[in-house]
Amino acid sequence: MLEIKNITMAVDDHGENKEILKGINIKFEPGKLYGITGPNGGGKTSLAKVIMGIYKPTEGHIYFDGEDITDLSITERARRGIAYAFQQPPRFKGLTVQDLLKIAKPDIDNNLLRKTLRDVGLCPEDYLERDLDASLSGGEIKRIEIAQVLVRNAKLSIFDEPEAGVDLWTIQKLIHIIMSNYKNNDKAIAIIITHNENVLPVCDEIILIKDGVVAAEGRPDEIWPLICDDIECKKRQECRGEMIYEIK
Amino acid sequence: MKLNNLDFDVLNAVANLKNIPSGAVNIRKDGEAVVRSSSSNIKISSHPEHGGLVVEIKPGTKNETVHVPVILTKPGMRDKVYNTFIVGEDAEVTIIAGCGIHNTSHSDSRHDGIHEIIVKKGARLKYAEKHYGQGEGKGKRILNPSTIIRIEEGASAELEMVQIKGVDDTFRSTVAYIGEKGSLKIIERLLTHGKQRAESDINIYIEGKDGNAQILSRSVAKDSSEQVFKASLTGKTSCFGHVECDAIIMDNAKIKSIPALIAEDSDAVMTHEAAIGKIAGEQLIKLMSLGLTEEEAVETILNGFLR
Repeated sequence: MLEIKNITMAVDDHGENKEILKGINIKFEPGKLYGITGPNGGGKTSLAKVIMGIYKPTEGHIYFDGEDITDLSITERARRGIAYAFQQPPRFKGLTVQDLLKIAKPDIDNNLLRKTLRDVGLCPEDYLERDLDASLSGGEIKRIEIAQVLVRNAKLSIFDEPEAGVDLWTIQKLIHIIMSNYKNNDKAIAIIITHNENVLPVCDEIILIKDGVVAAEGRPDEIWPLICDDIECKKRQECRGEMIYEIK
Repeated sequence: MKLNNLDFDVLNAVANLKNIPSGAVNIRKDGEAVVRSSSSNIKISSHPEHGGLVVEIKPGTKNETVHVPVILTKPGMRDKVYNTFIVGEDAEVTIIAGCGIHNTSHSDSRHDGIHEIIVKKGARLKYAEKHYGQGEGKGKRILNPSTIIRIEEGASAELEMVQIKGVDDTFRSTVAYIGEKGSLKIIERLLTHGKQRAESDINIYIEGKDGNAQILSRSVAKDSSEQVFKASLTGKTSCFGHVECDAIIMDNAKIKSIPALIAEDSDAVMTHEAAIGKIAGEQLIKLMSLGLTEEEAVETILNGFLR
């Protein structure tokens, strides 16, 4: 279980103390898939980075499986089973896709390497040896990012806008993989930060973060009415474009 | 003179040699050839005047490798040698050069290797030169290689020059002349640390129509080391040339990167890219979020970059 207790985080904004997170309290339980949503700049990614240890909170505590991890480094948190798929993954000159997957999971065998790439829609033949440099498109690097979080099979996996930058064709497949990995996995916690109208309704819980606070929290049927106006396409009637992929 | 275990340590570091290889080979230790053998296609002899090597590769020789490493183990040794390599028409060969210095003394050890390479019509050459130094003494380990390469019509060469560890001072000069449809690729990998200094000066002249040249340099400067990289490409006719120098700077190091393009024909297409910067914080965070420590993350990034 992951417990966030009274987490506050402030940054220095041109000499001014700006609070990004203002006393957040959330309990994440194993076996559940959480959707975090809310407007841009509301604090979603900051919260994810506080959980991973990338940002230090100014106040509050984080407990993971009963242990206070507030002062642990990124490395120590990773080794305790926290994984984070970056919204904008960095690129590396000279490291290949295969290298990164092997760092993510040192005991990975050839079969799992290939399966992991195929799962995110990348042909192992074409991608295992590819450099993780600027020659990869935004969508490709994003899929690799998701692949290396999936392959770790961590106790807690956070996906930061997995659909951002990925073509429509691939989104559904990625979402399905994340769902099938976590939906009925009673040991793992998955958190997806998303605005996707197909993803949110299938989460077990939705947390709405706005202006640095938890504005609402509950089952999709409770939360969806509060946010659907902001998320759903308002022009669908006029547009008459059919939804090609829809998760039922 | 026999080669001892220490010699093989150094030979292994510069040329991946754990024992004396079959085929054409010349191992130079402290100023003299201690192992020399020719093969039926590759003749190694001494130059009548200055005593350096003359390596002649018969036309049409395929898939052979020549090893010509140099090691310095005597303290305070200064060694200068002129070597000539002639790669015959349509041959396809690999030359493994390289120089390793073991110096535990307080006096400087220095090797100046002057190489002239001629790649004849239609031949293909791969040339690898690795530099390596070891030993705890205060004496500097100095390497000043100088290479002149001529690439004739339709010939190609790939030069890989690597210096990763232990060389205190180096000035590398490379000059190349490329003939019609000739092709040259120079790959440099360099890591300096401590108070090391490394300078590389490359001048390439594309003289033949449709010749092409590529220089790819990746370097890392740590501690208070200094690097200077100068690469100048001259296109005298319709040709293609590209210079890419990419450097990671750390600690109190200094890097100067000076690519130059000189076009003397309106059909010369020449480009360069140069970048110097430190390791991006995001890269470290990414690797740490996969369970590496910060030190491991830095090492992984540098190893990949210099691969």
